[in-house]
This record gives sequence, structure tokens and C-alpha cells, in this order.
Amino acid sequence: MSHRVLIVDDEPNIVTSLEFLMRRAGHDTAIATDGDQALTAVATFHPHLVLLDVMLPHRDGFQVCQQLRADGWTDLKIVMLTAKGREAEVAKGLAVGADAYVTKPFSTRELVDQVAALLAGDA
Amino acid sequence: MKLGIRARFALALAGLAGYVVAGAGLLGLGVWSSADAVDQGVLTRTLAEQAAFLVVGGVLYVAGLALFLGRIFAAYVVPLRRLAADTRLITAANPGHRLESGRPQELAALVDAVNELAGEYQAAREAADTRSAADRAALEADRNRLAALMSELSVAVLVCNVEGQILLYNAAARELLSADPAGRAAVGLGRSIFGLIDRELFGHAVDRIQAAAGAFHAATTGPGDLLLRVRMTPVGGETGGYVLTLEDVTRRAEAGHRRDAALRALSEGTRAPVAAIRAAIESILDYPDMAVGERERFAEIIREETLRLSDHVERTLAGGSGYLTDRWQLDDVRGADVLTTVARSVRTVQGVTVAIRAPAEEQWLEVDTYPIAQAVTDLVRLLHAEQGVTAVEFCLGDADGHAAFDLRWPADAADRNPEDTVRRWSSEPRVGGLLERHDGEAWFAVDHHGPYVRILLPWSRTPPVAGSPVPPALTRTPSRPEFYDFDLFRAVPAGTAYDDRRLDELAYTVFDTETTGLEPSQGDEIISIGAARIVNGRLLLQETYEQLVDPGRSVPAASQRIHGITPAMLTGQPAIDDVLPDFERFAQGSVLVGHNVAFDLKFLALKEASSGVRLSQPVLDTLLLSPVAHPDHADHSLEAIAGRLGVRVLGRHTALGDALLTGEIFVRLIPLLADRGITTLGEARVAVRRTHQARISATLYKKY
Repeated sequence: MSHRVLIVDDEPNIVTSLEFLMRRAGHDTAIATDGDQALTAVATFHPHLVLLDVMLPHRDGFQVCQQLRADGWTDLKIVMLTAKGREAEVAKGLAVGADAYVTKPFSTRELVDQVAALLAGDA
Repeated sequence: MKLGIRARFALALAGLAGYVVAGAGLLGLGVWSSADAVDQGVLTRTLAEQAAFLVVGGVLYVAGLALFLGRIFAAYVVPLRRLAADTRLITAANPGHRLESGRPQELAALVDAVNELAGEYQAAREAADTRSAADRAALEADRNRLAALMSELSVAVLVCNVEGQILLYNAAARELLSADPAGRAAVGLGRSIFGLIDRELFGHAVDRIQAAAGAFHAATTGPGDLLLRVRMTPVGGETGGYVLTLEDVTRRAEAGHRRDAALRALSEGTRAPVAAIRAAIESILDYPDMAVGERERFAEIIREETLRLSDHVERTLAGGSGYLTDRWQLDDVRGADVLTTVARSVRTVQGVTVAIRAPAEEQWLEVDTYPIAQAVTDLVRLLHAEQGVTAVEFCLGDADGHAAFDLRWPADAADRNPEDTVRRWSSEPRVGGLLERHDGEAWFAVDHHGPYVRILLPWSRTPPVAGSPVPPALTRTPSRPEFYDFDLFRAVPAGTAYDDRRLDELAYTVFDTETTGLEPSQGDEIISIGAARIVNGRLLLQETYEQLVDPGRSVPAASQRIHGITPAMLTGQPAIDDVLPDFERFAQGSVLVGHNVAFDLKFLALKEASSGVRLSQPVLDTLLLSPVAHPDHADHSLEAIAGRLGVRVLGRHTALGDALLTGEIFVRLIPLLADRGITTLGEARVAVRRTHQARISATLYKKY
């Protein structure tokens, strides 16, 4: 079945690939390029899953994730993407409510599989 | 209570007058009783008629007697007392002092006798001094050897007693901690180490050392935002104390931060572009059915991100270069010192003569000198053995922003192959690693001067500023500075009230000011402060304070003639409100001493509000102490006291000069005061007050 996936990243080149991959996996996509847009997009687009970059302008990925959980988006799957990849950050991401934490650069196939697995659990 | 000399004189005079009157009365009574009634009537009448004459005559008689006695008193008793005081001066302070022989002649013989005795005493004392000086010299020599050793160490060393009083520091410590005024004021003999190191940390270290009986390490911030690494070890023996070695790790820590930042930038900054590239290329490969437009878009992404990536790597390496290698561990060394060190090492190679072409100007390199000297020595040894080189010359120049260390030798007709020797040398792992660590290179070449090996080394990125202290290892101070005072090992327990402390154990700050005039309340201002410290009865010439002050007003020509300070000398100097906190730090924990110090204190008191400096320690005044030691001398000017105590007067009317003179005088007054039973600060203050009051009342009596 088709799911809605929101892609949140401020770098257009990675967004292009993520959007392509998610569409090819059969999902509907929407794009946000900063933290505030991400919150609005979740409210209007009602995604099943968010690919959420950590380093965003205005409001970083951790804050967005925390806010979404606080706003009651408990069923929403959140996959955090980061270029930092320190172990403490992975722990922080999972602690603020992310379902998965992916360090850049990542294997596209693994990401697609992980998204599929998360959405399957949801279904 | 003991009566004053004048009171005793008056009492004696009254007694004498009474005796004379009583004698006359007794005579009269005898005449009266032997006369008959008629004669008695005649006598009564005569007495009544001549009463005025008798009274006046009697008074004149007594007055004449008083005058005569007064002359005798002035001629004999007063000089006798001065003789006694001067004689005491000879034994207590100045064996070279001699009594003045003058009137009366009867005393001249005594003066001569005393002077003769003084001569013998002086000779005997000098002989004894010489003997004990020899003993002391041996001890001093040991101590000096230790102090010399310390001062040559490039490691900063402080030794303190259990109370935290500094009793030794070396040049490196002073240099390290003199980065700012607070640190400069904190390094000094007898000063508390807590000006440098947190009291809590010190206490913690003491606990740890006692628990583990070993050394203690800690990092702490020092004066001027220095990051210091402190190693503290206990000193054995019953006196106890601690040796502290300090290391400036500011640069190392900063290098560490920069290296971390560079590494972080490299790792984090590369992840995002690589992620974009990888996602794009995997998309292309995994979805061969993608539309041509989409494929082109991904190709474009790959090119963009690849460029971004290479640009990022370049920039990070450029910014963090030097920190990613261990170049930051290298020392700043003068070019001339590198040449000398290398030449010294190369001279150990038999059969090769070494010459240096000294650089014309001061240059600084960032190098690890010792291994370089070793490597160059190896090279020369190889060149000598394989290529028959017997004379080398070293010089230093610039090559495109690098330091070019050149090793040259005369061209040899029998052309062998030095290039091969040099290549083998530079490919040795030890040499290769050394060059890599210096971000350097080495190669063989020939120019019109002949063959040479060029070794590229880095110039210093932050050369020490001109005039900055020479590294201690290279300094040779002819006179050993007063960097230590081991007598401080017997520390006076902290908490002893100032008044109970012995005068010869207290630390003092002697100071003096020069001013625009004599009336601080009329707008006169301080233009110079000079100060020196006295520790354990020793005036420390190495620990002085001297500061010119911009008074923010004109300097009258009349005062310029006294102190010689012109307005031009004061422009650009700090204002008094900025100077006083420094002075306060310098004087911290010591008793203030000055000559006519009330004058200086009046100026300082007027600045309390604006500067926030309120000097609360006890104060002693040599102008008031001198009359305590020498009550029979009238002149207590600085020159007069100096003359009496055998202190040479130099550099008067500069603040520091006067402070030093006052200090010399004060040090010599201490034993004179002890002769009078005044050994503690409290006793000195009481004696000053009493003598001062006595002198004020004496002046009043003279006036009215």
C-alpha cells in the first residue's frame, strides 16, 4: 500500500535522491527544507514517515522530533539522518523519539529497506 | 615612672635652691638667737628696710647658680648622653661610625678612648665577619649552585613552605607568570602562592600528597588566562614544603582544540556531500530504467557535490594545517641558536671542520633542535666517509616562505656522487619522520657556490616579540638574582596577629611617591610610585615596583626641578586609578614602610573612592622610628639618618630611589630598635606613639 513520506533536509541534492527513492518505492512525498516547515508539513500532509535531517536551519531535527512527539504524533515513524554520527547523538536521537537513526553517507538500498520495514510494522 | 632628663635637672635645681635658702635661714636663726632684745629690734628693722634687696639678691644668687649649673649640664651631661647613644650606634648598626670630639676638653679624652676602642672593635668584628663570612660563603656557594641550577632550568619551578609562602622561584617561573600585572606581583619571595594557585587546589593537593605520599598533578588557570599544568611534590625533612613545577599548556590545549575542530570539520563536512554522491550514484545504478532527464540531474548532483567535497577538504586542511600534524609541539627557536646547536653536534665528527654564517637579523624557527642536530651530524658523517668532505658551512636563509637550512662544502674535483648519499640519508625512517614532522624537505643541489644540501624547515608562525625574554637556558646573569630565601622554610604560622610578629621576620613594602606638589587637597597629584620589598630583613633588589602616573594635570616647574619628571614623560602613562590596584597587589600581605609616610598616605587616601584601593595593612614611618632609636639627635631627615647609619645615598628624588634608601635605613633601624627592647611590630608602634608625643610636647614647651 502507498504511504506518505515527508522529506526534511535543507540540501537540495540529497532531497532529489531521497524523493526519487521514495517515489520509486511507491510512496507519496512532500518536502520541507527547515524545522518550522517540517512541523507545518506534518500537520497538513499527515505523513506516515518522516526522513528528518538533524542539521536544519531555525529548529534542528532533535527539536522537531521532540515537538512532533509532544504534539501527539506517536504513530508517526521518524527516521533521523545526520552527518555527525557521534554515538552520543545517536542515543540522543533515539531518546527524543526517533524510530531509526541513519548516518550519512548511507546505502540507498538499506535506507529504502529500513523505511519499508518501519512502514510495514505500521500497517 | 622614669623622669625625663629635663625634669630631673629642674628637680636638682630646685633642691639646690632650697638648700641655699635653708642655709641662709639657719645662719639667720643663729645670729637671731645670740642677739639681745635691742639688737633683735635693730635686726628686725634692718631686715624690714632691706627686704626687697635681700629677696632680689637671693633670687639673683639662685639664678646665677642655676645658669652655672645649666651650662655645666649642657656642656657635660647632654654630650655624655649623645656619646652613649653614638657608642651604641657603633656596636649595633655602624661599626665605622666615630664619635665627634669637640668641647668640652674634659670629654675629649673619653671620646678618644671610645674611638680607639671602636677601632679595635671594628677590626675584631671585621675579622670575625670574615671568618663567619667564609663559613657562610661555603653554604651560600651550595645554595647558589642550586639557585643557578634552578635558574638555568627551562621548566618553571617554585618552592614554597607548608604555609604556601614562596621561598624559591626561577627565571622561567617569573617569565611564565609575568604575563599580566597580577602574576607579576604574585611571584616574589615570601609571597603567598595563593596569588598564583587556588587555595582550594593547594589544599586538595596537600591532602592527596599526604594520602599517597607522591606527586600531585593538576591543570589550573594561571594569571593572564594561562592554562597551567602543575606538578607538586613534597620536600623531605622536618621543615617541609613543596616543589611545584609549572608548565604552560595553553598552546598545547589550543592546538588540541584546533586539531579537534579540524578533524570534526573533516569528518562531518565530508559526510553530507558523500551522502549526496552515494545516493545519486546508487539511484542511477539501481534504477537503470530512469528517465534521461532524471539521470542527467543525478549526474549534475554528483559533479556539484564532488567539487564541494574537494573544496571543503582543501579549506579544512589549509585552516587546520600544522595542528593535524604534531608541528604544534615544536619550539620557537632563534635561527642563530639552531645553527650553533647543530654546529656543536657536528664538531664531534672527526676530521671535519665546521663553520657558521650567522644570520644578519633575528629569525625564529619552529623546530625540534636536538633531533635535527643529530640528523645533520649523521649526514656530515656520511658525507665525510663516502664523499671525503672535510669542511662544512651552515647558513640559514629564506626560500619561498620556508626557512632554508643549507649545508655547504667546497666543490671537489674528484666528482663523486653526493646526491646518492643524501638520498640514502633522507630516506632513513628517522630522518624522513623528522622532516615530515617539520613539514619539511631535504635535497641535494649544486649552484655557482658549489654543492649543498638544503633542508626546508618552518619559520615560526608566532615569533616571540622582539625584546621578549631570552629562553632561560641561554641567559647568563652575571650577578645571581635573589630568587630564593630558604630561611622562609621556618615559616611563621599564619594567623599570628601583626602586632605580635617580630620586626625582623615581617615582610615589608617600602614605598615612596613623587607628586606635583605638597597639597593633595588643593589638587596636587601623584606622578610616580616606587616600591621595594623587604623579606627576612633583606631588601630585595629584584622585586621592585616602579610606575609613572599620568596626573591628568600640569606638573609645576618648581616640582619638576625636584623630581626631574617632565610632562612629556607622563603622557601615555596609566592614570592613578589604574595604577593603585597593581600597587595594592604588590604590597599585599606586607607592612607598609615609608619616610614621612603620612604625606604619601594622604595622597593615597584621597584616591580610595575612585580607585577602590584601600590599603589596610599596618604602616611604619622611618621619620618616626629614627627618633625612637636616636632620641638625642635632632635631625631625622633621610640624608641625616642615612649618614648616621652608614647608608650610601644614591638616586634621591626618584620614587624607587627614595624607597630603596628608606628600605636600607629601615633594615638597619631594626637592630637598633631591638637594643631598646623593641622587637615586635606592636612594640614599635607604641614606642613611635610615645616618642612622637614627647617630641610634640617638647616643641610646644619651646614655643611658649
